[in-house]
Amino acid sequence: MSSHYLAPGLPMPAPARDRLDAPFWEGLRDERLLLQRCRACTRFQWGPEWICHRCASFDVEFAAVEPRGRIYSFERVWHPVHPALKDQGPYLVVLVELPHADNVRLVGNLLGDATQPVEIGAAVTGVFEHHRDAEPPFTLLQWQISD
Amino acid sequence: MTRTLRGKAAVAGVGQTTYYKHGQSPDAESKLALEAIVNACVDAGVSPKEIDGFASFSNDRNDGPRLAAALDCKELRYSNMFWGGGGGGTAGAIENAAAAIACGIADCVVVYRSLAQGQFGRFGRGAQVRHVSGDAAHTVPYGLMSAAQMFAMKAMRFMHDYGIRQEALRAIALASYTHAQSNPQAIMHGRPLTEEQYDASRWIVEPFRLFDCCQENDGAAAMVLVPAERAKDFAHRPCYVLGTASGGPNRSAAPVHNAPLYGSSHFTTVAKHLYRMAELTPNDVDVLQSYENFTGGVLMAMVEHGFCAAEEVNDFFVLDNLLAPDGRLPLNTSGGNLAECYMHGLGLTIEAVRQVRGTSCNQIDGAEVSMMIAGPMVTPVSSVIFGAESTL
Ligand SMILES: [Zn+2]
Repeated sequence: MSSHYLAPGLPMPAPARDRLDAPFWEGLRDERLLLQRCRACTRFQWGPEWICHRCASFDVEFAAVEPRGRIYSFERVWHPVHPALKDQGPYLVVLVELPHADNVRLVGNLLGDATQPVEIGAAVTGVFEHHRDAEPPFTLLQWQISD
Repeated sequence: MTRTLRGKAAVAGVGQTTYYKHGQSPDAESKLALEAIVNACVDAGVSPKEIDGFASFSNDRNDGPRLAAALDCKELRYSNMFWGGGGGGTAGAIENAAAAIACGIADCVVVYRSLAQGQFGRFGRGAQVRHVSGDAAHTVPYGLMSAAQMFAMKAMRFMHDYGIRQEALRAIALASYTHAQSNPQAIMHGRPLTEEQYDASRWIVEPFRLFDCCQENDGAAAMVLVPAERAKDFAHRPCYVLGTASGGPNRSAAPVHNAPLYGSSHFTTVAKHLYRMAELTPNDVDVLQSYENFTGGVLMAMVEHGFCAAEEVNDFFVLDNLLAPDGRLPLNTSGGNLAECYMHGLGLTIEAVRQVRGTSCNQIDGAEVSMMIAGPMVTPVSSVIFGAESTL
């Protein structure tokens, strides 16, 4: 359990009923970050849409992206709003921008001491956090400050 | 011909129920809605049977046609819901009501909002479900699940970009609490807030402390709008709608925190349309009610409405500038969402009307132009400018 950043008991992610983001969740389980890219204009977009918001093409696919980026914004949460987190103490949520994927952003946790100073712009690297015992199993993408 | 709502509709009556702490209303949510609407009709001096249009927002559970039946309205001509959650639609509902009146669709439209969270659950709680999917699947498992947590991320980026200090947020909280002390109706009446208390208060989620976050309340509020040419037939000094705007800039509702303009309250385009319709500038505004879901949203919304540049925030957002009656821009003069009541912004809108009528508990002398900004940081957002007869 200690390999998970947050205490157990939070709602678990499930693919959208219409399967729009299903390849993303399947990719994370295989330790691959798959984000949506338009075949027509080759640009990335996130979250996923059925259409490319730039060129209105419906020819959108999921493509592998190296899980690294920089902190675009962050927050340190002190007040738990979910009973599962009542003994968690503070935790860090980061919004990570991926410059090599058209600056799409992903939400995750920043691993390490929750009271550490956080610098917007800092380089971070993705860490796959597996929840293999969950039903069904899922994987989250967390972040740590790059070496 | 210029297409505009300027001066086409007026607020004839406003009504509220008693405001309760969340979950403490003895009355059902739909009863509260009816009570607020009847009170607005009494204030205007019209029979509820004359209402022919209903406009609400934030997916209010009390639908207009059902209310029209309960109130025995002679006929129903307009039944409207403004998309979007939170308080982003407070001014948008007024916009829709005024538009219906201006186009001859209806003649007496009530804007209303009712909340009884004891009956229907609280906003500030995380999802108590086993699985989440869609946009929520990309945030909730990381512990990002409440409104405060959604918006702290935006405020943090804006404060970083412009070097904004915590004291600017504190000034907004103190303004609301200070004004509430002269409003016996306010939940925080008799409970003043000092700088020291603010500084010592616990973090909810950085950069928001406890006093940066709105209350959650039960109650209802309503206002009756009529054609401008009828505005003088009612009991109070006429209060005209000079301008409204709603929506948001390009892709502000992009999923998973991917709005192109991120450190924003989403008013950059809306504010331009608002001033253009009202034929006014920020300098013309005598008094402002700006929706505090969280103080950081107020700050960004006021910058985006042109009251000060982002680079000037630390100098502008000091308590003296925000206080009635003599501050540079008196803000949230009845206590706002923080200290009067959280009624999804209709309480703030009613206060904006009171300032034009000259009946506020913190009246600005000779206030003619009164603005209300709704629900910053959601999409769509909206804002409205009211004016006295002299502004037409
Ligand atoms: Zn494309």
